[in-house]
Amino acid sequence: MAHLLNTSFIPSSSSSSSPTLRPRNPTILIQTRRPPTRIVAKIREIFMPALSSTMTEGKIVSWMKSEGDKLSKGESVVVVESDKADMDVETFYDGYLAAIMVEEGGVAPVGSAIALLAESQAEIADAKSKAASSSAETTNSAAENVGPTVVAAAAPPQVKEAASLSLSLSTHPASEGGKRVVASPYAKKLAKELKVELGRVVGSGPSGRVVAKDVEAAAAAAVSVGPTAAEAASVAAKSVGVELGTVVPFTTMQGAVSRNMVESLAVPTFRVGYTFTTDALDALYKKIKSKGVTMTALLAKATALALAKHPVVNSSCRDGKSFTYNSSINIAVAVAMDGGLITPVLQDADKVDIYSLSRKWKELVDKARAKQLQPQEYNTGTFTLSNLGMFGVDRFDAILPPGTGAIMAVGASQPTVVATKDGRIGMKNQMQVNVTADHRVIYGADLASFLQTLANIIEDPKDLTF
Amino acid sequence: MQSSLSLSLSPHTSLTIPRPNQSSFATSAKPINLRFCGLRREALGDFSPLLTRRLHLNSITARRHSAADLVVSASLSGGNGSPPKSFDYDLLIIGAGVGGHGAALHAVEKGLKTGIIEGDVVGGTCVNRGCVPSKALLAVSGRMRELQSEHHLKALGLQVSAAGYDRQGVADHANNLASKIRNNLTNSMKAIGVDILTGVGTILGPQKVKVGSDKVVTAQNIIIATGSVPFVPKGIEVDGKTVITSDHALKLESVPDWIAIVGSGYIGLEFSDVYTALGSEVTFIEALDQLMPGFDPEIGKLAQRVLINPRKIDYHTGVFATKITPAKDGKPVIIELIDAKTKEPKDTLEVDAALIATGRAPFTQGLGLENVNVATQRGFVPVDERMRVIDANGNLVPHLFCIGDANGKMMLAHAASAQGISVVEQVTGRDHVLNHLSIPAACFTHPEISMVGLTEPQAREKAEKEGFEVSIAKTSFKANTKALAENEGEGLAKLIYRPDSGEILGVHIFGLHAADLIHEASNAIALGTRIQDIKLAVHAHPTLSEVLDELFKSAKVKAQVASPVSEPVAV
Repeated sequence: MAHLLNTSFIPSSSSSSSPTLRPRNPTILIQTRRPPTRIVAKIREIFMPALSSTMTEGKIVSWMKSEGDKLSKGESVVVVESDKADMDVETFYDGYLAAIMVEEGGVAPVGSAIALLAESQAEIADAKSKAASSSAETTNSAAENVGPTVVAAAAPPQVKEAASLSLSLSTHPASEGGKRVVASPYAKKLAKELKVELGRVVGSGPSGRVVAKDVEAAAAAAVSVGPTAAEAASVAAKSVGVELGTVVPFTTMQGAVSRNMVESLAVPTFRVGYTFTTDALDALYKKIKSKGVTMTALLAKATALALAKHPVVNSSCRDGKSFTYNSSINIAVAVAMDGGLITPVLQDADKVDIYSLSRKWKELVDKARAKQLQPQEYNTGTFTLSNLGMFGVDRFDAILPPGTGAIMAVGASQPTVVATKDGRIGMKNQMQVNVTADHRVIYGADLASFLQTLANIIEDPKDLTF
Repeated sequence: MQSSLSLSLSPHTSLTIPRPNQSSFATSAKPINLRFCGLRREALGDFSPLLTRRLHLNSITARRHSAADLVVSASLSGGNGSPPKSFDYDLLIIGAGVGGHGAALHAVEKGLKTGIIEGDVVGGTCVNRGCVPSKALLAVSGRMRELQSEHHLKALGLQVSAAGYDRQGVADHANNLASKIRNNLTNSMKAIGVDILTGVGTILGPQKVKVGSDKVVTAQNIIIATGSVPFVPKGIEVDGKTVITSDHALKLESVPDWIAIVGSGYIGLEFSDVYTALGSEVTFIEALDQLMPGFDPEIGKLAQRVLINPRKIDYHTGVFATKITPAKDGKPVIIELIDAKTKEPKDTLEVDAALIATGRAPFTQGLGLENVNVATQRGFVPVDERMRVIDANGNLVPHLFCIGDANGKMMLAHAASAQGISVVEQVTGRDHVLNHLSIPAACFTHPEISMVGLTEPQAREKAEKEGFEVSIAKTSFKANTKALAENEGEGLAKLIYRPDSGEILGVHIFGLHAADLIHEASNAIALGTRIQDIKLAVHAHPTLSEVLDELFKSAKVKAQVASPVSEPVAV
């Protein structure tokens, strides 16, 4: 049988004119070769056979034998998928399958070692250690190989950790207190794939059965934790999953947010919305993006310029009896932070040029992340911007922070079909904003004319760059 | 009309011959039938030679009728011959399933006055609760699969927005197909003059059958073709809603989120294909250690890799479902599993539904077999290789035959039909033994599985016993142009053969349209064609049939070409 290997796959016989290269004999004998190092003479390498003339690498479909199994000559050991067919591969020698070096699903180039064959049982251990040392070298073997630290491989441990923190057990009646998990077939498959421990997933299916979406949710929850941890190692310890069924007290920041939100209820607010066409702004942004200008800075600048013409919108009501016209235009921008929200302030945004403003913004964000913002850097805002456009939010409604007169909620700038004044239909980028204001000092007409001014600036943004 | 013309001949030749005993009948009838077969084509093309031969035949059989009488009587009786004096029918078939239908059609063709008894609906299991409606569901599941396979569609450059289905629409398609085929079947029998007798048939004694409650009919020969019903093991409570058999499943009254399928044979596999395509998740429960027992192990392994592993299916093997309780009072369906070997409790499953696909049991109760001293074996009617019924003492029961699922030889619709035809051949004087190894079988999953003849282990066992060598050849669909054009390269064809003689022992195919491809192999087996001959036959390119072409060509036969296929003909 040995002569059948390769010979029938030699290019000349496979008539290159024919589109169907025929594997004449599908059972392939493994050729083993002596290890080049000759550490142990009786250990042979099983290598990826060439199943066709065009085959450069093969995928291990399945191992029909496991490590330690006795093999006799001619027995099928492994199923290999080539570019043409799946084929059973037989061994050419008697012996023991000592170590599998490329796991199922792994890909190996033709001629590379995929397993070791020991001649006697005593040599299995030797072969195993040899496989362990060589697997570090052959990083091209399997994706699941333990050796190389692939980026993807970093996620599963995270998943496991996060999942194990969510202690709630399946509430399935038959789970016998969590000893037994009732999960649908696909949920089981997914859990294996995503490395989610089923026992710790809360089932949402009938009678509390774990279904696929529960596993997906568990995996997603764990993964969403992952990147944050990777981004800032210092906060990794805090960025763990949520413990379901527990009560967690507010942090200082969360407490402050809570107080402010309750306080805001004492202010009579109203809202005015407006849609801007942002084609010109987008074009400008594209032009000066390379100089470090951010969209946040552009919006803050535009808002500040509009506020300069409408000082009443930049005012506030401190005592319920008077207007406080602020001397400077300080644009606070809401930033979501791990476990809270903070509003770094771009001071004198109407006066500072766009490039300096952008640099300032970057500095503030870095400080905010490191929790090093000074009080004047986050509590001196006179007007607030809140932008959720990057999430694809097209419009939303903001709560007015106490002590200020107005807050503008900015949605995403999206291509929109519009009817133009000349009676045509066109495509324009449009962005919706919604301003919440304290009606004690700012009236509807004030906001309306402010927004009109802002619209003019955004739709003709040449002034933003001076 | 064509059939009635050709049929009018036979009754007068064979059936009115006095038959002192079976053997003299056989010897006298044989040559006549042979000539008759040869006549058929001529009869359609040229009428006058037929008439003269008819007269000739009549004189041979010493009939008093003139040729004119003959034609008149034929047209009056619709081609079913004139009634014999002693019996109501020449052939009476109990059960109008596919087996009975096949036998009836062939019997009429052979000129027998034929009656068929049906206690339920014409078409039997296959048409009403089996192969036919399941093909409708599988046609839907195949399309759903294609439309859901983004990866596959993308490779073809297709874009399809989310595919959905309407359960009732799918169910209606299956139901409509069944009634259409049922009508076709009924009409095909009526058109040629088969008497359809409605009522339950009970054998009262030799050559005598009661239909319904009081009507008694007699027949020269009787064929039992009562078929089978789903087999439900003990401890399983079928409620038809959450614990169901294939009978209920084919109505597709619901698509459960999670269904356990007990048994991973043809029926279970096909339903797993349907249910997973429609969005269910499936758990297989198999008593044997391996899924898909009965398939060639290699095909089974590949099929598992394609049909089970990537789908939303898991399985328990080596376990029996000892108790299955339908869902009620808000509780799910509960399945208790025990180890098939140790009999110890192993697991309990809670699922939304359970489909019992543990095989089929013969439907032979109340058939009156005791009146002819026949004892069934696990319900099956014992028969010899000619489908002749064997009584409790091991003797043949004269004029009584049993075909199809009721005899359990090969529980396939087309096998029943083939057995029926074989019986008709015998009673009309031509000895015939059906080669069951030439009967193909198919499982209509996506892709399909088909097979004919022996599996590799069976062939090796036989080779061991009889002392010959067995060789295996395999080809992959991955090397077939048409399969690759369809982007369906997953598949394998396997040939088991004798290298010394070139005899085909078995062919197994897993891949696109495998069920249609198998017939080249099954015909070769039926006709005794050797590999060295068939490998010279030409296949159109590019077609899937080239998979078999490759297969035959890759076989290494030591024997030389026995005989040239044909004389070369210049065209």
